[in-house]
Amino acid sequence: MTEQISAVINGKPFEGRVAANELLLDFLREELGLTGVKQSCEVEVCGTCTVLVDGAPVSSCCFLTCDIDGRRVETIEGLAGTAFHRSAVEAFMRHAAVQCGFCSAGMILTAKSLADRGIDPSPDQISRAMSGNLCRCTGYRSILDAVTEILREFGEGAPA
Amino acid sequence: MSADDTAPRQPERSFGAIGRTVERADGRVKLAGQAEFTSDIRPPGMLCGAVLRSPVAHARVLTVDASAAEKLDGVVAVLTASDLADLDPFYGHALRDRPIVAIDRVRFAGEPVAVVAAESQAAADLALTRIDVEYDALPVAASLDAALAPGAPLVHEEPARPGSAHGLGRLPDRDGNICYHYGFERGDLERAFDGAAVVVAGEYTFPAVYQYSMETHTTIADYRADEIILWSSCQHPFLVRQEIAALFGYPLDRVQVIVPFLGGGFGSKSYTKMEPIAVAVSRKAGRPVRIRNGVDESMVTTRRHNMRCRMRTAASADGTLLGRAVDLWLDTGAYADNGPRVTATAGDAAPGPYRWQAVRVSADCVYTNTGPAGSYRAFGATHLQWIGESQVDEVARRLSLDRLDIRRRNLLRPGEEVRPGGKPLDADLVGDVEKAAAAIGWHQPRTTGRGRGVSVGLLAAGAHPVSTATVRLGADGGVTVLVGTTEAGQGARTVMAQIAAEVLGAPIDRVVVRGTDTRYTPYDRSTGASRSTTIAGLAVQRAAQAVLDDLIETASVLLEAPPGLLRLEEGAIRSGSRSVTHSEVVRTRFGFDGGELVGHGRVQPEGGTGSYAEGPVFWEVCVAGAEVEVDQETGVVRVLRTASVADVGRAINPQLVARQDEGATLQGIGNALFEEMRYTPDGLLLNDTLLDYRIPSFEDMPTTMACTIVENADGPGPFGAKGCGEGVLAAIPAAIVNALADAGVPMNVLPLTPERVWRRIQELRRGTKQEGT
Repeated sequence: MTEQISAVINGKPFEGRVAANELLLDFLREELGLTGVKQSCEVEVCGTCTVLVDGAPVSSCCFLTCDIDGRRVETIEGLAGTAFHRSAVEAFMRHAAVQCGFCSAGMILTAKSLADRGIDPSPDQISRAMSGNLCRCTGYRSILDAVTEILREFGEGAPA
Repeated sequence: MSADDTAPRQPERSFGAIGRTVERADGRVKLAGQAEFTSDIRPPGMLCGAVLRSPVAHARVLTVDASAAEKLDGVVAVLTASDLADLDPFYGHALRDRPIVAIDRVRFAGEPVAVVAAESQAAADLALTRIDVEYDALPVAASLDAALAPGAPLVHEEPARPGSAHGLGRLPDRDGNICYHYGFERGDLERAFDGAAVVVAGEYTFPAVYQYSMETHTTIADYRADEIILWSSCQHPFLVRQEIAALFGYPLDRVQVIVPFLGGGFGSKSYTKMEPIAVAVSRKAGRPVRIRNGVDESMVTTRRHNMRCRMRTAASADGTLLGRAVDLWLDTGAYADNGPRVTATAGDAAPGPYRWQAVRVSADCVYTNTGPAGSYRAFGATHLQWIGESQVDEVARRLSLDRLDIRRRNLLRPGEEVRPGGKPLDADLVGDVEKAAAAIGWHQPRTTGRGRGVSVGLLAAGAHPVSTATVRLGADGGVTVLVGTTEAGQGARTVMAQIAAEVLGAPIDRVVVRGTDTRYTPYDRSTGASRSTTIAGLAVQRAAQAVLDDLIETASVLLEAPPGLLRLEEGAIRSGSRSVTHSEVVRTRFGFDGGELVGHGRVQPEGGTGSYAEGPVFWEVCVAGAEVEVDQETGVVRVLRTASVADVGRAINPQLVARQDEGATLQGIGNALFEEMRYTPDGLLLNDTLLDYRIPSFEDMPTTMACTIVENADGPGPFGAKGCGEGVLAAIPAAIVNALADAGVPMNVLPLTPERVWRRIQELRRGTKQEGT
């Protein structure tokens, strides 16, 4: 069974039929070649498959492709080149907050959603808000430091 | 390790690429989502694989009927044991005990029985449900107790065969389910214990743990008539090549292993994992096939050994440690994998880094009907350090001694023998543990419900000291380093670039380190045992030195000055007011705008064979401190502060060293507090998803994580460096256990779940004695 959908993916309109049971993760990776989104736990715990749907982070491993109908999807490929991504890259590089890199795209996309929501960039708030993104390499400290800087630059109350 | 080069001609220099933080070479491509991992590769014609796994832990396989699956749309091939008749289909690193897929018998729940290759993942997954397998249940030995009991069901009955590259010398015969034994006795143990004022004894339990590299095991195999091509998330591509070549009867140079970026390894991608299955099914399908494990599948592909241990420690009234006796049993699951090596390393870690009158260690590696156990960061040391160090603390407590003082009194000093015939101690342990203590505020006043602990240990590191490397200096001054180290996130490519840049005076951003492709990359034994910077790094240093020698020779002619008067600058060589760039030297040397200088470097065992007994290459220091808080009403333990000490000889990149320690700290917190694979008595893994196997998240971070880097230039690697990154994982659980005992709750079981800690608190309140202690 397929369904007709129309969505905006990384700023570009998409129209077409997709399998009704297809996961967004597989659609992005296998159909569109957007391999920046990664598969790991497949149960919505680890956050490596995070993408933004209408600005909110979702685990694409547990999200049906047909449910993006009428919505906006952003992946790391779509974020690349934006001022936010440029700053995020500099902050992650400064703190060496990337190691194997498997979790990094999900981390940056979740941070983007936090900046858009304007959360208070305190360590406790960020840790709580980012706890759906796991990292097995870094020990989190460097990512926390990087995200704190990004939110100070881009979050609500950041200097315009 | 022997030097294969002459005394290096080091010109005076005016730059520095090591000992400072340089940007990660692979950071930007990863943050752009463009870094290529194995699952991102799709060779033309690639099929998707799916593995049918046994639902039971021990059974005879009576029939496997794949005929219905083979008829499904999109299914190209179904591999079963009957397809392996023309091969000797057994492999294994330590013992050649494992068939590519189960033959006649399954030995753990999750063992591969058949493999489907299909045009889509959905078709492959569907086909698994159409394969009929008839099992005849056998008695199950799913735990150490069950496997060691008299009359226990035998997991293996066939004669043992040595594996491909275990390096452990002659392997003893199997004894029941015990597949490997390691032990030693030094000094007169009876006398040591007879003369003791205090003896601490206990029985301890360590859990099975899942490494969880976020990228699960992923392999693409393309079996062809004249060669085998593999893209694989493997840490040891050259060992995989060797094993695949042996299994399928190809020469080494007809097996190509390509390693893209790894999404973490931590030992879980050591040795051969899914590669034989992928090659075998590609052989049948006649097309490339990808096998990508789910988390549940990776959990039964490899894990950390669970362990039971009995330990006794004797000390005199003044706190001199006299003797230690250790018996331990490691559960290696249904196939040995790296278990014998883990067993030997655990045995060596058991005495701890102390001066003993006598010590006896007996370590058994035991088959059970559970998923195979292999390498995980700091194996052996992580198993033993929390036990040995808790006994040292208990001795101090009973003798009313300061827990730092007892360590100062008994710790080995640099140059002292750690084990007979092996490498003497090459680190200042007293200085290291004092730094860890200071960093957690050792002498600050105590708060009720909180405790502090330190721990110190040694990990036999370096594995086999065999690495080779090639460095190429191109006509535009760019440098390419070919080295077989796998970039698993630890920063190997960055560090190798720094080493080459330092030797050659090349700008760091002009040095490129590629991923391994065994067709072009020279041999490196493995990426593990904290060996890359030390051993592969030394090979890179030597290769770069060979290029530099060449460079200086030509520059000397161009500048009309003897080599000794030349000065190496960044990207150029100077004599007085004249200078030539690296690029100009290369172009001039070859005469036509092209050409390149190529240098090779190698590291190999000095004298002996590089076997385990002669090592280690260096002793990795495992030192940490922790402060914890325990909630007396709920048993919840919170780690407030940690301090790690990275005794690295020379930090090539201090920021990356700190990241190694921080990452290991969080893994240590997970290992200590909540990570545990749990099985039913029938050998079924209960928590095979991240929903019920929890790993540390942002919220488990301690409030402060201090990392002190110690640089005594006492390592055997380039510029006096030695490896790091594993020791802290051994040291953190030990520091946490000691801190919890300091808070009044001594424990002999990991992980320290709230329920266990709460029950222990109740026992202590009732005045019940802990079993054994």
